[in-house]
Amino acid sequence: MSHSHTMQKVPTFKTLGRLLKNVFKYTKWRPAVVIFCILFVTIAGSSSTIWIGYMTNNVLIVGSSVNGVLITWKDVAPAFLHMMIAMLIVYGVGLIASAIQNYLMAIVVQSFLLKTRQNLFYRMESLPLRYFDTNNHGDIMSTYTNDIDATRQLIGIALPQLLQATLFCVFAFVLMLMYSIWLWLIAMLGFAVMLASLAILGGKSGKNFVKQQHALAKVEGFIEEMMGGQRVIKVFCHEEQAKKDFDKINAEYNQASSTANSYANSLMPVIMNIGNLMYVVAAVVGAVLVALSAKNIALGNYVGLGSALKLDPNGFMTIAVVVVFINLSRQFSINVGQIAMQTNAVVVGIAGASRVFALMDEQPETDNGYIRLVLAQKDNNGNLQEVKNMGNVWAWKDARANILTELKGVVQFKEVNFGYNANKTVLHDINLIAKEGQKIAFVGATGAGKTTITNLINRFYDIQSGEICYDGIDIRKIKKEDLRRSLGIVLQDTNLFTGTILENIRYGKLNATDEECIEAAKLANAHDFISRLPDGYHTVLKHEASNLSQGQRQLISIARVAVANPPVMILDEATSSIDTKTEALVQKGMDSLMRGRTVFVIAHRLSTIQNADCIMVLDKGRIIERGNHEKLLRERGIYYQLCTGALEIE
Amino acid sequence: MSIKTLAKNVRQYKLPAILAPILVALEVAVECILPLVILKFMGTIQIRNGATLNVGEVVLYSCILVSMALVAIVLGVLSGIFAARASAGFATNLRQNLFYNIQNFSFANIDKFSTSSLVTRLTTDVTNMQDGFMALIRIAVRFPLMVIGSLISIFILQWQVGLIFLGLIPILSIILFTVFKSAHPVFKTGLGKYDVLNRNVRENIKAIRVIKSFNREEFEKKKFDNSANQLYKYFGKGEKIIAINSPSMLFCVWGAIILVCLTVGMLAKGAVQSGGAVTEGQTLAIYLMYGYLIFAAIMQFSMVLIMFAIASPSINRILQVIQETSTIDSPKNAITEVEDGSIVFKNVNFKYNVESDKYALKNINLTIQSGETIGIIGATGAAKSSFVNLIPRLYDVTEGEVLVGGKDVRTYDLEALRNAVAMVLQKNLLFSGSIIENLRWGKEDASMEEMQYACKLACADDFIQTFPEQYNTYIEQGGSNLSGGQRQRVCIARALLKNPKILILDDSTSAVDTKTDAFIRKSFRDEIPNVTKLIIAQRISSLQDADKIIVLDGGKIESVGSHEELLQTSKIYSDIYTSQMKTTENALGNIFMENQKKEGN
Repeated sequence: MSHSHTMQKVPTFKTLGRLLKNVFKYTKWRPAVVIFCILFVTIAGSSSTIWIGYMTNNVLIVGSSVNGVLITWKDVAPAFLHMMIAMLIVYGVGLIASAIQNYLMAIVVQSFLLKTRQNLFYRMESLPLRYFDTNNHGDIMSTYTNDIDATRQLIGIALPQLLQATLFCVFAFVLMLMYSIWLWLIAMLGFAVMLASLAILGGKSGKNFVKQQHALAKVEGFIEEMMGGQRVIKVFCHEEQAKKDFDKINAEYNQASSTANSYANSLMPVIMNIGNLMYVVAAVVGAVLVALSAKNIALGNYVGLGSALKLDPNGFMTIAVVVVFINLSRQFSINVGQIAMQTNAVVVGIAGASRVFALMDEQPETDNGYIRLVLAQKDNNGNLQEVKNMGNVWAWKDARANILTELKGVVQFKEVNFGYNANKTVLHDINLIAKEGQKIAFVGATGAGKTTITNLINRFYDIQSGEICYDGIDIRKIKKEDLRRSLGIVLQDTNLFTGTILENIRYGKLNATDEECIEAAKLANAHDFISRLPDGYHTVLKHEASNLSQGQRQLISIARVAVANPPVMILDEATSSIDTKTEALVQKGMDSLMRGRTVFVIAHRLSTIQNADCIMVLDKGRIIERGNHEKLLRERGIYYQLCTGALEIE
Repeated sequence: MSIKTLAKNVRQYKLPAILAPILVALEVAVECILPLVILKFMGTIQIRNGATLNVGEVVLYSCILVSMALVAIVLGVLSGIFAARASAGFATNLRQNLFYNIQNFSFANIDKFSTSSLVTRLTTDVTNMQDGFMALIRIAVRFPLMVIGSLISIFILQWQVGLIFLGLIPILSIILFTVFKSAHPVFKTGLGKYDVLNRNVRENIKAIRVIKSFNREEFEKKKFDNSANQLYKYFGKGEKIIAINSPSMLFCVWGAIILVCLTVGMLAKGAVQSGGAVTEGQTLAIYLMYGYLIFAAIMQFSMVLIMFAIASPSINRILQVIQETSTIDSPKNAITEVEDGSIVFKNVNFKYNVESDKYALKNINLTIQSGETIGIIGATGAAKSSFVNLIPRLYDVTEGEVLVGGKDVRTYDLEALRNAVAMVLQKNLLFSGSIIENLRWGKEDASMEEMQYACKLACADDFIQTFPEQYNTYIEQGGSNLSGGQRQRVCIARALLKNPKILILDDSTSAVDTKTDAFIRKSFRDEIPNVTKLIIAQRISSLQDADKIIVLDGGKIESVGSHEELLQTSKIYSDIYTSQMKTTENALGNIFMENQKKEGN
């Protein structure tokens, strides 16, 4: 709901055009048939004027006398029969067309939604991390819900009705012209007034609906914060103040919503009754013209339809013309009303579509890497042979030169500079080397750049200058997929998925057997608590795994990495207070996972990194101290202060 | 009953809520009469056999028509405005009612609803109700009146034509109702699938780092395709059922046109034979106009029906909140003065859910003197928070009693009790607003000096002074622009401003460095010695100088005593102590001491 309106404005028609193009692309011939059917339905729908005219001119003349001859039922019966048959045919065809139209439309709309959702999601999956870090998650989510729903309204309801109403208006417009240009001018005057009031009221209503949206977003924001802090409110007896603040924001919403809906509600009665006024004026003017025996100018006469339309052969205005005309004008205004009703849906729908397209137009992550990670068999002489499975080592394979090099797990930063924005450097001149099997720890205050470093190794972000090498290879040359496969990450935010525990562990290796998963859980120290759950490994995790404690979630996420068995690991420790017992479990799990691998640890507790081969102390994006635990203590620098509790780590 | 509860929320908007349907009714009346007048008017301009135009009649009827159209505009606009006011007002009151009731919720009530579900109830559900209410007072009133009014008019004009419409109405109604009946469960299932899809996307957005680092993009796409296809299946099926609506409506309208033309033709035949008057063309047009009015009204009503179907789960969700009664209220003749900060637990048993057989706290007996400092330690799930929550009566004991200042907490006025017992919650929150605004939660009219004093006690003044805007610094929602330790210290200062008799810190210094932590405890000791202090912590260093330390285990008091005593008597305590001694902070403390000694030498 609370969309940030930051993106640049895309021309409305361009968006609409692209939307329609997609509809055709996704659903092939169907929209064309739908349009064709709409045409038939519209013709059938507008034919009533013709029947009335025909009945008036050919059937209901029974009993009157023409040139002194009394017309009997026998004289009109054939015409009546013909008309009945014609009606059955026209309406029958119309009905079939309508059935086809609505049935196809159901398919068109749902296929369009399916394809749009898929394309949206596919594109989203390919986007770089920057997108997710810089966009509000609620806003991205709202593209899938509110915006797609708005396009559904537009395509499924608004556009077909708009097409139908517009077609009808065009028919009526031309027909009216055929009957009488004088009366047509009056109708157009009425039409102009309708359009003007549509512009004024519609504009006001649109503007106020935007205001309402803002007010609603404000209400939502406030409620979200207050509901989240409800316990604090209770503890501080802040209820009355909260109510007062709420009432103020709620009243603002009331005002905005009331105004917006007032305009929207007024639109239809105003347009419909302008139609009624137009009707009266046309009838009066028509009657006066008849009374004055005025000449009628009708286009019908010039295109040779004069007799078919029963226009007066002498060119006088007749009452029959007036009757047919005002009926037409009434239907005309009903359809303008239909158009007016859809304007809001069109505006909202196009805005929604433009946001959908904005996401679809985001640039996906690029990957120019050509070095692949493969499984290889190493023979006794140290020669490598690529194998499909069951290899004993990982190897880098240069796809161009077809050379295999064994993976060692050496990671080196050379003069790395990085900033999330080009003009704000977050990491300055980082130089470090993690040798095979070493444990490198990063410590420092919040915002010092610890997490940023890990974002760079797996190329979630690309560095601005310098080089990061993996076994001597610039990581930009490695296929991203393979680079990431060789790096295991355990994050603070465990991010487990809805599903069973087993499924969540298997996420690390999709073809892992149950046994492998259980093995991994044992390695991660998670097996014990999982076995104690009533459903064991088949326990379903719901609502972001809220049925488990933070420590238990952490253990599962460690098992998830364990099953993937990557040569290099990045561990971001949990910060929230886990009790000592669970913490020890987590620590043990991590320790067994680290064995024999190159590991980067982002430490939030100093107790866990004493045995690190090298500890990097970060401050404002620079490594200010480095060395092992003893060395750093001896130096009496920042690390020493952190250890003695003189500085806050978080 | 439930509808009555909702209807009460109209309150001060009764007038527009009543006026809107009345005006709608009048508008319908005008709309139903209008075709009749048009017919009269047409009669006046219809000049037969050379008769002259009756100018007077033409003027009369055109004036009537013009004024009817103008009246209809006024009625339509006014009813629209009143309906908008009434429904916006209704929604405002409803939301207020919900919010107010939630303010009365006890912790036990809050536990029942998740935060996000409460937010949905106050926003989406209320908006649904607003739309539903507007539809109710406008369209739902309009429909039956329109059908009845049109039928009456048509029966006045030509009863045979009236019979045609009367016969078609039930046919259309039955079709629409059947469609609605069969589509509803399909859509309901579909909406469930929609929730799955949305959850799927939400998880993807949140866990994108995990997905990317495991290269699971293709896997996730497949998962998504699966949900999206399910959605396609159910909504496709539902929409195909709904697709019957529109042709059915046309069938009735067009069927009516054919039948009316047939009837009019037959009537004309009969009229000629019996020498009666033949129906005129414009009269036929008017018949059809009524037909259109009737069927359009039915169609609109079916859409309202769908809208109500969507809104009906909202009604239940809203009622659940409105009808939830607080489990904790102030008693009658409540005590408004808390004597001192002494706390007594007498045979206290406590469980969160009356039906469950698992006690969170079992057989707690304890006496705390006013002014004592009490440390509380134990593993996750040891019920540390449950224990302290009973003191400001955030929950009520299941058995036994808790005394504060010598009196059962249930005899106090809630506000008086909670003002005397300040609590810093484990999951503590700051609210968007300046630091001053946040601090004044503790004391509404706190002066700058008071606030600064509290912040100094909580070791918050120093870092606040380093901010460019100092105490006026704006705190983002959830306090996200402060570090964890800073947030905790502001929260403590906020609690201190209440000038309490009892201060409870539920793991509130976990992110504060040990030195500052020690400093805070020292200032408590020196500056507020008469306040009873209960401190829950994971770090032994935060507790070891307390007068008494309570070790909780599985909802029971394992042991109570001073640090030294517990090292001897409590296995749990000494275990925790040993494991923490291994950690750097403490190990380092030793190195630090050694170094100090060396330097001293």
